Amino acid sequence: MKLPASNALLGGLLIGVLLIVALTGAVWTPYDPLQLSFRAKLAAPSAMHWLGTDEFGRDVLSRLMAGAATSVWISLLTVTLAVTLGTLIGIFSGYIRGWLDRIVMAFNDALLAFPGILLALGLLAVVGANKYGIIVALGIAYAPSVARIVRGTVLSLREREYIAASRVMGNSESFTMARHILPNCIAPLTVLATSMFGYVLLAESALSFLGLGVPPPAPTWGNMLAGSRPYIGQAVWLGIFPGLCISLTLLGINLLGDAVRDKLDPRMRGM
Amino acid sequence: MASSETLLRVDDLTLEIGRTGKRVVNGVSFSISPGEIVGIVGESGSGKTLAARALMGFVPPAVRRVAGSIKFEGQDVTTMEPKQLRAMRGSRVGMVFQEPMTSLNPSMLIGRQLDEGLALHRKLSASERKELILDMLRRVGIRDPDGALTSYPHQFSGGMRQRIMLASVMLLKPALLIADEPTTALDAVVQRDVLELMVDLTKANNTAVLMISHDLGMIARYSDRAIVMCQGDVVEQGQTQELLARPQHPYTRKLLAAMPHRGPARALPEAGTPIVSVRDLVIDYGGRQGFFRKEAPKRALHGISLDVVPGQVVAVVGGSGSGKTTLGHAIAGLIKPTSGEIRFEGKPIDKSETAYWDYRLNCQMVFQDPYSSLDPRMTIGDLVAEPLRLVPGMSAAQKAARLQEVLTEVGLADGFASRYPHELSGGQRQRIAIARAVVRRPKFVIADEPVSALDVTVRAQVLELFAELQRRHGFSCLFISHDLGVVEQVADRVVVMNEGRIVEEGTRDAIFDRPQHAYTRKLLSAVPGLETAPDGGVRLFWRLVDETEAALA
Amino acid sequence: MLRFALTRILMALPTLFIVAVSVFVLIRLIPGDPAQLMLGDLADPASLADLRARLGLDRSLPMQFVIWFGNLLQGDLGQSINSQQAVLPLIAQRFLISAQVVLVAVLFACLVAVPAGVIAAWRQNSTLDLTLVGLATLLLSIPTFWLGLLLLLFFGLKLEWLPVVGYVSIGEDTTRGILYLVMPILTLFLHEIGVILRMARASTLEVLRLDYITHARAKGLSEGAVLWRHAFKNAFGPTWTLIGLVLGNLLGGIAVVETVFTIPGLGRLLVDSIFARDYPVIQGCLLFVAFTYVLVNLVIDLCYPIFDPRVTAE
Repeated sequence: MKLPASNALLGGLLIGVLLIVALTGAVWTPYDPLQLSFRAKLAAPSAMHWLGTDEFGRDVLSRLMAGAATSVWISLLTVTLAVTLGTLIGIFSGYIRGWLDRIVMAFNDALLAFPGILLALGLLAVVGANKYGIIVALGIAYAPSVARIVRGTVLSLREREYIAASRVMGNSESFTMARHILPNCIAPLTVLATSMFGYVLLAESALSFLGLGVPPPAPTWGNMLAGSRPYIGQAVWLGIFPGLCISLTLLGINLLGDAVRDKLDPRMRGM
Repeated sequence: MASSETLLRVDDLTLEIGRTGKRVVNGVSFSISPGEIVGIVGESGSGKTLAARALMGFVPPAVRRVAGSIKFEGQDVTTMEPKQLRAMRGSRVGMVFQEPMTSLNPSMLIGRQLDEGLALHRKLSASERKELILDMLRRVGIRDPDGALTSYPHQFSGGMRQRIMLASVMLLKPALLIADEPTTALDAVVQRDVLELMVDLTKANNTAVLMISHDLGMIARYSDRAIVMCQGDVVEQGQTQELLARPQHPYTRKLLAAMPHRGPARALPEAGTPIVSVRDLVIDYGGRQGFFRKEAPKRALHGISLDVVPGQVVAVVGGSGSGKTTLGHAIAGLIKPTSGEIRFEGKPIDKSETAYWDYRLNCQMVFQDPYSSLDPRMTIGDLVAEPLRLVPGMSAAQKAARLQEVLTEVGLADGFASRYPHELSGGQRQRIAIARAVVRRPKFVIADEPVSALDVTVRAQVLELFAELQRRHGFSCLFISHDLGVVEQVADRVVVMNEGRIVEEGTRDAIFDRPQHAYTRKLLSAVPGLETAPDGGVRLFWRLVDETEAALA
Repeated sequence: MLRFALTRILMALPTLFIVAVSVFVLIRLIPGDPAQLMLGDLADPASLADLRARLGLDRSLPMQFVIWFGNLLQGDLGQSINSQQAVLPLIAQRFLISAQVVLVAVLFACLVAVPAGVIAAWRQNSTLDLTLVGLATLLLSIPTFWLGLLLLLFFGLKLEWLPVVGYVSIGEDTTRGILYLVMPILTLFLHEIGVILRMARASTLEVLRLDYITHARAKGLSEGAVLWRHAFKNAFGPTWTLIGLVLGNLLGGIAVVETVFTIPGLGRLLVDSIFARDYPVIQGCLLFVAFTYVLVNLVIDLCYPIFDPRVTAE
């Protein structure tokens, strides 16, 4: 019984550290993350460079911090885009019902038939592989699942007796929606946004790893990992630290997500 | 009773929640003799279910036994090895559960589920077992026993599943049957059939029964001895008739006093324009033309006509699927009628007319589940005041005064306005739901099973409050309920529904004392009546003698 | 049962159609002349005009869709700009490589994670449960592309047990073919253990609360019989559905693992085509994976009544 509480604490701590590192990385890093230094190529971790340097002699710690800022910023914007788009579609669809709802949902479900990051890959081919391309592609790719969940929430809320009570009172449909349905969607949306932050950060790293994300030399965790691959034999730290950062962030999100879900919905305990 | 004759003896059983140390069963002692039917009655939180499950060694992981012993056939269940426990379960002690929808494995054939226990405990060949199972299925009234063997539980109704459950348990002829609210989820008529069957089967095998229920009427009708539990304590136990007639403990008296009872009939004006009148109301459900198939609509109401006279309480009573809730929702304007007409004070209600708004402001509803009828994100004050938003020409000060007045009326004035629903008990929530319904001083209130989710004593208080408000403000009421006892207490007129039709209607006394229609008689014969004696006890009586006639209907 | 199957199959058809429409729209959204894009900058005007006519680009948009959809129904996904190969055979060949990795990994992950999840739920809150859930959450949190790199570092470079990168077809050389596949499979296997274990545990917990489990215990059945005969089959439904999603997600994101181990699979084909702006191949990959995903889920759905006979009743 004690462990879950400490899990939530650990999750909160990890995410707290991530946010601090990202904020710091946005304004200050020990070295210029783009500064080349051919004397310090592939230097092992030392007092000078705590986490070593890469093949161009750039400081890994500085690049990780700058990468954290980029990744967190991209993920936040993407989640905002996906949640806004998805919520609008979901609420519209759950509200109007009828044949228009069916058509909107048929398209929505068809988009969900592109599994994983496939839709994002397809969209990247259209919008181009860069920082804003990633946000648009991932934002659109994740919106359908938000729409589906929001619609489901709206539909299940509609069946509650307090919605019937509101109608019997004589409240209009739009007032009922604004006063009773929307406020009750906020809690599930928060949970959704939290776990989506994890998915998006992972997807962003994966796309950067594939070379379809933020183009070098700007650092992200994903493209740092991709860059480390040729040197993995001689400079282990290049491959270890960025991956560790991604993993710890995801672990934090997962632990925090579990805790929030347990609190909001005891029935989903352990999912 | 001599100890050699005792089947089960529970001594000082004490259970605690491991984490908080809260006592949930507190020094409980009782015994059961072979073939005896013992009832445990109590409200939620009384510990009755925990105590009963402990008899089979089922104590939830969070609960710890602090003291006490459970001796079954001379052996202490609390110290048995798992292997001994398993040999006892099923074979010597059987258990029937409350919820027929979840007590059979949905993905296993009925035949296999019945065979399992038999194969485990008895040395019989497969064909001998099959013979026994078919016999038993026939015995519990399954029409096609052979077919049932290769069916899944979802292919049967709730009542049939509870029969199959009984069959599964009684196949092994256990010495003790624990029945935990065995029929609470069933309709009154089905409930009686299943209970009669249970009593017959156990009598025939000399099986003792421990029956757990919140329903005093059921305990009174079927048990030899009764145990009353309250908050983990046994407050009183004894011969059932004796205990009911001369209750000693204040809690038992309170429980008995809370049983619904019939008051004197009220004199009401029958003449004048009905406040609400329904003509030939038809409601069809479903019936959509899908892309792949065409579904015929299902008719929920077949031309209902009904009048409610000002100041009257009209009860609509019927089993599940009778259409009574649909009728309530249609009159409240939640469902659009397929055909037919609803008039309010003589004027037809139509969205385009001012009559609609007049009706909307004057018709309110109380729902069944106080946990889902209050918006969890609003304070009590906001919830109760919300209907006033649409009342024309009411100043903010008037609204605040009205809110205070209504909260006082329902007894929740002090500091409740700023609280949230989850901070309130079920009874308090239902008071809030009632306050919300009457805050506009409506002329007509629809109450859809308003007390069926509440404990007996809370139910009595809420009914009392409702009657009090109705007397004070004189609103008419459509009271929808499956519970004949409650209906007998509150109604001026009674409408009996079955399968989407009104089968009989009349004054309360006429329906309860001189029922005409066969379905009404059947319904009445399924529930015992309790008559309050002057000294605080009650006496059980049967409403109809000619049950054979009712059974034929 | 037949009606259930038929309904499900018919319900998949509109989805497939809308998927096709979406891909068509997506590719048309790419700025520029499709024929020019498909043939590249160096194409001569004659072949450009020829392709335009063949794709019906001189007609209205709906007409273009009809022609395109007609070609699609005949399995004609066009030709790769780079290799001039027909797209469908190219994709099919690469798909087989990816599919063997994904299927084997998911199969083994199920064999390990489902029993582990059921046992964790059975002993909820015990040390065993907390350890298993902790481990699952950890595995879930490690991205496959990093897990792959770590395995490569450890087994390939440190221990030198397995070949580092590359691919040999099993058909050509069975032993070497298998050796090259061990690490990619292991990577996906470890990751999916996390996902599947948590789901198996959660759905088993749901089922263990129900009355029929207590009923089974009340019959005197052993814990093993209760767990495997009664709880397992009912709890497996949600996990079974999850497996469909997992297969799809792996296929959609297989590119990263293929990049780590330089395997010439479907994911790599898609990513390379995006770099090369080889639009017929991009379009083909999107359609192929989405169609596969819909079909996998259809099969999953059709098998569902095994675990819950209630779904066939309406």
